[in-house]
Amino acid sequence: MTVEKILTENMDLYYGAKQALKKISIKIPEKKVTAFIGPSGCGKSTFLRSLNRMNDLIDGVKIEGNILIDGINIYDHNIDVVTLRKKVGMVFQKSNPFAKSIYENIAYGPRINGLKDRKQLDEIVETALKNAAIWDEVKDRLGDSALGLSGGQQQRLCIARTLAVNPEIVLMDEPASALDPLSTSKIEELIVQLKENYTIVIVTHNMQQAARISDNTAFFYLGELIEYDKTKKLFTNPDKKQTEDYITGRFG
Amino acid sequence: MTKKTKKGKKSTENSSGLIDITQRKFRWSDYLAEKIIKGVAYLSITIVVLIFIFVFRESFPIFKTGKAPAKTEASAEVQETYGEVTDQSNAPEVQETYGEVTDQSADSNVQETYGEVTDKSSQSADSDKSYTVSAGSGFDDNRSALKSLLTKDWVPVSENPRYGIIALIIGTFKITVISILFAAPIAILAALYTASFASRRMKEIIKPTIELLAGFPSVVIGFFALMVLASFLQSMFHYDTRLNSFVGGIAMGIAAIPIIFTITEDALTAVPKTFNEASLALGASKWQTAFFVILPAATPGIFAAVLLGIGRVFGETMIALMATGNAALMGLNPFESVRTLAATIGAEMAEVVFGDTHYNVLFLIGSLLFIFTFILNAIAEFYVKGKLMKRIQGK
Amino acid sequence: MIKSFKNNIKGILIEGLTLSSALLIIAIIVVMIAVIVIGGKDQISWEFLTSFPEDGMTKGGIFPAIYGTALLVIIMSVAAVPFGTITAIYLTEYANENAIIAKVIRFAVRTLAVIPSIIYGLFGLGFFIKFVGVQMDNTFMGGQLKWGQPNILWASLTMALLTLPVVIVSVEEALKTVPKDLRAASLALGATKWQTIWKVVLPGSISGIMTGTILAVSRGAGEVAPILFTGVAYYVATLPASFSDQFMVLGYHIYVMTTQSANVDQTLPIQFGTTLVLLALTFILNISAIVLRYRIRQKKSN
Repeated sequence: MTVEKILTENMDLYYGAKQALKKISIKIPEKKVTAFIGPSGCGKSTFLRSLNRMNDLIDGVKIEGNILIDGINIYDHNIDVVTLRKKVGMVFQKSNPFAKSIYENIAYGPRINGLKDRKQLDEIVETALKNAAIWDEVKDRLGDSALGLSGGQQQRLCIARTLAVNPEIVLMDEPASALDPLSTSKIEELIVQLKENYTIVIVTHNMQQAARISDNTAFFYLGELIEYDKTKKLFTNPDKKQTEDYITGRFG
Repeated sequence: MTKKTKKGKKSTENSSGLIDITQRKFRWSDYLAEKIIKGVAYLSITIVVLIFIFVFRESFPIFKTGKAPAKTEASAEVQETYGEVTDQSNAPEVQETYGEVTDQSADSNVQETYGEVTDKSSQSADSDKSYTVSAGSGFDDNRSALKSLLTKDWVPVSENPRYGIIALIIGTFKITVISILFAAPIAILAALYTASFASRRMKEIIKPTIELLAGFPSVVIGFFALMVLASFLQSMFHYDTRLNSFVGGIAMGIAAIPIIFTITEDALTAVPKTFNEASLALGASKWQTAFFVILPAATPGIFAAVLLGIGRVFGETMIALMATGNAALMGLNPFESVRTLAATIGAEMAEVVFGDTHYNVLFLIGSLLFIFTFILNAIAEFYVKGKLMKRIQGK
Repeated sequence: MIKSFKNNIKGILIEGLTLSSALLIIAIIVVMIAVIVIGGKDQISWEFLTSFPEDGMTKGGIFPAIYGTALLVIIMSVAAVPFGTITAIYLTEYANENAIIAKVIRFAVRTLAVIPSIIYGLFGLGFFIKFVGVQMDNTFMGGQLKWGQPNILWASLTMALLTLPVVIVSVEEALKTVPKDLRAASLALGATKWQTIWKVVLPGSISGIMTGTILAVSRGAGEVAPILFTGVAYYVATLPASFSDQFMVLGYHIYVMTTQSANVDQTLPIQFGTTLVLLALTFILNISAIVLRYRIRQKKSN
C-alpha cells in the first residue's frame, strides 16, 4: 500500500473572474510517477504550479479548497513558502539554467541555504549531477558556462539543480517537450530512476510518454479532472468517453 | 515565535524526517531588503515634493508684506568665485545688447544694474570680495515688489527696484514659439521618415545619431549658437542685434529636436502593424498610409512629444544665457534681444543677497517654471496617454 | 493612369520632404561637431589638458576644470547609481504594475526627468545649502560658515537628483530583459525574493546598470545650470581637496570664457579647445552607452 503524498480536495482556481480549475480532488502517491495529460489549456500546468505555489507570482490568482502535502494545507497562513519550494522542487518546460558555470548552477540551491563548505558543495554537485545522469558528460568542464550545453543537457542540468536542494517532490512541466527524441528518452529513463527517492508529478502532452513512464495518470479537460487511475488501466480501458476520445486521438 | 533558525536541513525536518513547512520563518535579509527598497523608491516622490516645498519656501517671503524685514544675512556667500562678472569693455556682443536696452526704455536702469557688476575685476581668485547691493528695507520692498511683478520693467538692482516679470514671460514664450516652430516640423517629419519610409540600415544610422544629439550638453549648443550660428543667421537675414530671440530659438530648437523626434518615433512605431497592413491592402500607397493612417493614429503621442519639447525649451538656461542677448524687451520682433525666465535666474541668482527681495523674486520665477513644466508633464502623461490608448486599442 | 502618376509624384515629394528633414538634423549635428573639432583641434595638447590656467585665464590649460568635472561626476554617481538602481528594482520586482503607489512613483520619476535643470539649481541652493548646510553649521560648526555655502558636495548631490531618472529608466529597461524563467527557477529552488534579485536578476542586468551610469555621467558632465550657484567657481587656484571646496567645471568654464571673460577674442582658441574636450567626453560616453544599450535590446529580442 502506498502513502499519499499530495492530496487535494475540491480545489478551485480562478484567474481574476475566470475559473481555470474546477473541483479538483486527487490523491498522489509517494515515490511514484504521476502524469497529468490533456489538451493544451486544460489546466494541467496551472494545477501543477499550484502544488509549490508558483502561481502566487501571478496577479489575480485565487485558490479555494484544500491542497495537502503530508497532511498539511500548503495554503495555510503559517506556511513558509520558501521552505515549501525546497520541499517541492520544479523543472520547467523550457530549460532555464542561470548564466553561471555548470558548478554554480548546481551549487546555487545549497548556497542560498547557507552552505559554504567547499567540500560539501563539491559532493552535493557531484551527487546531483550523477543522479541526473549527466555527470559523465560534464565532469571535466564544471567551470564552463551552463549556456554552452545542448538543450537536452541543459534540461538534465536543471533537474540536477533541483535535486541538489534535496526535495521530496519534483514537479515537471513538460520537461521534454522541446527536446529531440534521444534527449527525451534520456530524460524519461532518468525520471523512472528518480522515483526510487522522489515523488514525481509530470505534465506532458505526449501520451506515449505518460504511458511509458508513469504509474498513475490523470486526464484533465477544460479545467476539470475527468479521470484518474493506474496508467495501464486508463490507457487500455478508460471509464470515461472523453478520456477514450482523447487517448485515441479523436480530439485535442 | 520563530527565531532565526539554524540553517541547514536539520532545522527544517520534523520527526518523521520530512521537511517541515509549517514554521513560518522570519528572514531578516529579505525583510530589510524590502523595507530599504521601498523606502528608497519613495524617495523620488519625496524629492519632487521637496523641490516643490523648497522652491516655493524661498519665494514665499515676498507675499508676507506686513511682516518683519527680510533677513539680510551676512552676504559672505556672494563670492567673487561665482564669476558672474560682466566686464563690458571686453564682451562686444554683450555690450551691444545692453546698449540697446538703454536706448529703448528710456527710464530703465538696466545700465545701472550691470554697472554695479562691471567694476569687479574678473579673474581675481580669493582676494577682493565685492558684493552686490545689500537688501533694501523689509516689507516696503516686498510690497512694492509685489506691485511691480505684473509690470514690464525688470530692474532688480537699483535705488528703486522693480521686478516686472511680464517682459520675461513674453520673452520666454517668444523663444519657445520660435524654437518649436523650427524643431517640431523637422523632428516630426524626420520621425515619420524613420518610422515609415527608412530602410533598416538608414534607421540604424538616423536613430543613434539623433540620440547622440540628445547627449550634447546645452552649453556646447549654446557655444555653437554664440560663435557660429549667430553670425551665420545674421549674414543671412541682415538684422542688427547679433544675439536675439531668433538665434536663441533656433539653438534651443536644436536641443529640443531629439526629444520630439524620439517620442514621436516611439508613438509612430507603436501604431499596430494591422493598421498599416489594412491600409496597404486597400490599395493605399506607402505615403498615403503614412500620412493618413499612421500619423493621425499617433497624434496624441506627437502632441505629447511637442509638449515635452516645449518643456525642454521653456526651462533651458545655458543656451538662453549664451545666445539670446539677455535684454528684457517686450516687443514681438524675433530679431530683438530677449531675456527668458530661466536665464534670469541663472544670471542673477549668484549675485543676490540671501533673503533679499530680489532673491525671493528669483525663486518665485523658479516656482513659475516648475509649475509650468509640471503641468506640461502631467498633461503629456495622463491626458495624452488616455487618448492614445483609446485610439489604438479602442478602449 | 494620370491619377496614379500624380500620386506617385506626391509620394516622392512627401518621402523626399521627410527624408530631407532627417538629413537636416544629421547635417546640423555634423556641422556642430565639425566646427568644434576644427576650431579646437589645434588647441588640444598634453599641456592644455594637464596645466592650470595662466595670466588671468587667457593662457594655460584647463586641468582644474577637467579634474573638477571628474570629481563631480564621481560623487554624483556614488549617490545616484545605488538610489536609481534600487528604485528601478522596486518598480520592476516589488511594485504591482497597477498599484497606485507604483504609478505615483513612475509619475514622480518622469516629473524629475522634465524639471528644468535650473530648478534643480534653485533646489540645491534652497535645500542643500540654505537648509541642510546651515543646519550642519549650526549643529557641528558652532555657527561658523562651512557647509552653508556652495561646494562640490552640494553641487554633486544636486546633479545626482537630476540624473536619478536617467539611471532609473536604464536599469529598469535592463531588469526587464532578465527572463521571467530565471526568476521562477530561482524561486522554485527555494530562494527568497531578495536572494533571487541579488544572485540572479542583478548580475543579469549589470550592463544596464552600466549604461545608466554612463548616461548619467555624460549628462552630469555637461550640465551647468544646476551647479551655477551650488558650488561651481569661475576660477580657483587649487584643486578641490575636501567636500566643502568649490571647484571648476568644463561646461561652466566654456560659459564664463565666452560671455564673461575679459578677452573673448583672445581666448577663442581656449574656448574652442575646452568645448572640444567636453564634447569629446560626452560623445565617447554616449556612444558607449548607445552600444551597450543596443546589445541589451538585442539580448531581449533573442
